[in-house]
Amino acid sequence: MNIDWYIVLSALLFTIGAIGILVRRSPMVILLCLELMLNAANLALVAFSREVGNGQGQVFALVVMVIAACEVVVGLGLIVAIFRRKLPLDVDDLRELRG
Amino acid sequence: MEAVIFFIAAIGAVVGAIGVVAARNPFYSVLALISHLFSLAVLFLLLTSAFVAAAQVVVYAGAVMVLYVFVVAYVGSAQEPTWDPVPGQRLFAGLLAFFLFVEISAAVLSSALKALSTHGPDVPAGFGYPAAIGNLLLEKFLVPFEASSVLLLIAAVGAIVLANRKPRSGPQAGDGVVSSGHSAPKARPEGATPAPASQSEPLGAPK
Repeated sequence: MNIDWYIVLSALLFTIGAIGILVRRSPMVILLCLELMLNAANLALVAFSREVGNGQGQVFALVVMVIAACEVVVGLGLIVAIFRRKLPLDVDDLRELRG
Repeated sequence: MEAVIFFIAAIGAVVGAIGVVAARNPFYSVLALISHLFSLAVLFLLLTSAFVAAAQVVVYAGAVMVLYVFVVAYVGSAQEPTWDPVPGQRLFAGLLAFFLFVEISAAVLSSALKALSTHGPDVPAGFGYPAAIGNLLLEKFLVPFEASSVLLLIAAVGAIVLANRKPRSGPQAGDGVVSSGHSAPKARPEGATPAPASQSEPLGAPK
């Protein structure tokens, strides 16, 4: 398969993740949609690595996976903290930081 | 043959992604994301990056998703309301996403990268294997490697601090967001400063 198929697929997956972040209101599902977008970027990185023919893009993808793990850990910690304070798990209600 | 595997994996990835967005129950969203990650691992294998595919399955679909499943089971699957809080939100989100897709595709495909419409150059036999990735990580990318490990440590400590802080026992526990917002500035200094001392017991106690 040519590389541009992978790139277009990555754009499509990124777009689906963006729709999820715009539409859903549960913070957990928003985190999952963030994972979708990060994985779409990973696919693009690995595809470009194959296109150039060296492995540096794959190292990039691995670092992105590390960043995603950190983001998951902190985000899920926040969700657990919100839940333990018995606040609603809905990003439309959690609007204190919006100013 | 490669095209068949590509299209099967691509359809699996897209269906998994749509499942993540569309499922009402967060538990099903997590399951859809796991299938999506497996499809992506197949795509990584097609791109001759075996180590990233293995890491994707083991670390991502294994460890991170288990964390998600635990939190979903702890928090419980609250059903979202089906109505739009902003009228026409779904329509605008769909329009914006469509234009985003067109824009990304046009930007990438009309770029000057000539090798995009090829299969990619021929690569040596060990391309994308753990040995090649390890050499790159420990020689060329040593500083980013160490920085990401420090970042992981910081995230772990931060998650423990976040999840272990006791909710302030008080009348505002059951209140809405607004009332706790008014009382938060007064309660924050007392609650925040003795936190390291008061956290030693829950940290040491078995969870």
